[in-house]
Amino acid sequence: MTLFLEQLFNGLQAGVTLFLIAAGLTLILGIMDFVFLAHGSQVMVGAYAGAAITSWTGNFYLGLVLAIPVTFASGYLIEYLLIRHLYRRDHMEQVLATFGLILFFNELVRIGFGPAALFSDLPPSLGHFVEILPDTPYPVFRLVVIGVGLACALGIHLFVSRTKTGAMVRAGANNPEMTAALGVNITLLFRMIFAAGAAFAGLAGTLLGPLTSVEPGMGEPLLILSLVVIIIGGIGSVRGAFIAAIIIGIVDTLGRIFLPMLLRQILDGSAADGAGPALASMLVYILMAVVLVFRPQGLFPPRG
Amino acid sequence: MKKTLMSLAATAMLGVSAAQAETVKVGYMTTLSGGAGIIGSQMQNAVNLAMDHLGGKLGGMDAEIIFVDDQRKPDVAKQLANRLIKSDKVDVVAGVIWSNLLMAIHKPVTRADILLISSNAGPSPVAGSDCHENFFSMSWQNDQTPAAMGKYMQETGVKSVYLIAPNYQAGKDMLSGFKSEYKGEVAGEVYTKLGQTDFQAELSALRAVKPEATMIFQPGGMGINFIKQWKQSGMDSVSNFYSVFTVDAVSLPALKDGALGIRSTQTWSPDLDNPINTKFVADYKAEFGGYPSFYAAQAYDTILAIDYAIRKSGSKETSAMRAALAAGGIPSTRGTINMNTNHFPIQNIYLREVVMDEDGVATTKVISTVFENHQDAYAKDCKF
Repeated sequence: MTLFLEQLFNGLQAGVTLFLIAAGLTLILGIMDFVFLAHGSQVMVGAYAGAAITSWTGNFYLGLVLAIPVTFASGYLIEYLLIRHLYRRDHMEQVLATFGLILFFNELVRIGFGPAALFSDLPPSLGHFVEILPDTPYPVFRLVVIGVGLACALGIHLFVSRTKTGAMVRAGANNPEMTAALGVNITLLFRMIFAAGAAFAGLAGTLLGPLTSVEPGMGEPLLILSLVVIIIGGIGSVRGAFIAAIIIGIVDTLGRIFLPMLLRQILDGSAADGAGPALASMLVYILMAVVLVFRPQGLFPPRG
Repeated sequence: MKKTLMSLAATAMLGVSAAQAETVKVGYMTTLSGGAGIIGSQMQNAVNLAMDHLGGKLGGMDAEIIFVDDQRKPDVAKQLANRLIKSDKVDVVAGVIWSNLLMAIHKPVTRADILLISSNAGPSPVAGSDCHENFFSMSWQNDQTPAAMGKYMQETGVKSVYLIAPNYQAGKDMLSGFKSEYKGEVAGEVYTKLGQTDFQAELSALRAVKPEATMIFQPGGMGINFIKQWKQSGMDSVSNFYSVFTVDAVSLPALKDGALGIRSTQTWSPDLDNPINTKFVADYKAEFGGYPSFYAAQAYDTILAIDYAIRKSGSKETSAMRAALAAGGIPSTRGTINMNTNHFPIQNIYLREVVMDEDGVATTKVISTVFENHQDAYAKDCKF
């Protein structure tokens, strides 16, 4: 039982990280109707920025904070230099151009930092454990990740639903021409959304840096999962993306651990060892297929 | 007059092709792009270093190395192998990190009567029933290294062990290789997703079991992730950590002192004491600013083997080089190597531990020899 609760917690942490990445993609794909495949590269940019600044300054917190403007600027620049010319093109051309961006970013990082994984570790102040359940020590840093993720989720929700700028974003999504005619600077608004999306992905990358290896191409597997998130959640819905990210985080975590155990009850050892992990890694895609069958528009499609 | 010119031209052309025939062409295939690019670039460094040490010649003949990037994709590897054979007309194809890529190019290369020398991959089929006389390994068979780990843990009296490996062919080979020598209790056998980045869920499950020891096979970036998260979750107080192909010069620069004391088995270590290895490690460090990995050492050995084969036989013909290599006595960073009947090396396997060198850089040190002159389990199934 403790193990089950602990795994729920692991799933929550994975889900919250996934939401940070999917949030930007929700805004870009859902609201601006732009297929941006290089979003995973923004995760990588954030992780590299965080690791590099941390190693130059020797201060982890400085790396964490300064990586945010770096990824914001990177998103802003990409939008200004490339993306704005592609809004009116069809999706296939957007896919091709942004796939090219993935290759470009991977090579850029390799030229700049070399092909080896970068060293990025936790400061001693974040390296200890707390007991979340009796006899269950949990790394403090993972709690920090959960906290930051939940705070960002709340922030994005309040911004989109309660502020005037948020209203403009929603209006601009529904009808860009009409919103522009009402005097809203749509070009700037879109650019800012784009840069903010990049900054959230970058933040996720910076937080992942001390947990995983910071290396070229690290963002691609995360991009695929976050695409699944926004499809399940309903394209364009921030609330849907949040719930879907948590669901996927938990389903993936619990599936990885408990599915092989369950199969061992039914099948013999070696068959279960082979089928269990294979089935577990398909689980989120099966979930996506099931959701699409019953609700093709996703679980929480945006209203309006 | 016209006839004379023609014959002159013909002689000139013959001369050109005769000169070309003296150039040894080696197609070197490895992964230079993507997340595994670090491994490929270390191998490329080592090949270039070997060519420097040999004065740019192989067996006294002019040499040309053609590097190709397989992008870790079997279909790309197959296309590149065809290109190397048909349009570049290479004399030897060498390299290849991944077992599935080696399987993809094994038949096309060996059947074209061209030598194929692996610098890393050692899948069981090419060691056993599907072996071919034109294939040589300058690395190891997949089972050997984890088998040595199994033997070491068996001998040190480890009662129960928890096994973790990625869910693909090499992962399963590694764990079955380990279990061929380890006879204690297997407390858990977990297969993770290939390329998985977060292992917190697996670590939580492991903590619930509290095994005496944990043995993992997680190469490259997966290994960095796993060990980092292992340390961050305080698993050292729960279980003793062992690994194969996880702590090396690819992962140590990113793990630093986080990997100190971790024990693993391997056929090579930077501190192996022989003249070839000492020179290789010193020059590699001087030129590329870091320790070479075992991948680099095996790439270096591959070039030494080609040089040796041509020098000894005096020819770059496949049959002549093949006979020279099969007869053994090949110089390498692991000492002199003799080939088994399936053309895999008969060699020692060492227990290594991660230590800090005098400059404060993490590296591995040989603790003991687990297997002496070890032969893989598949050689008996190989009939040329």
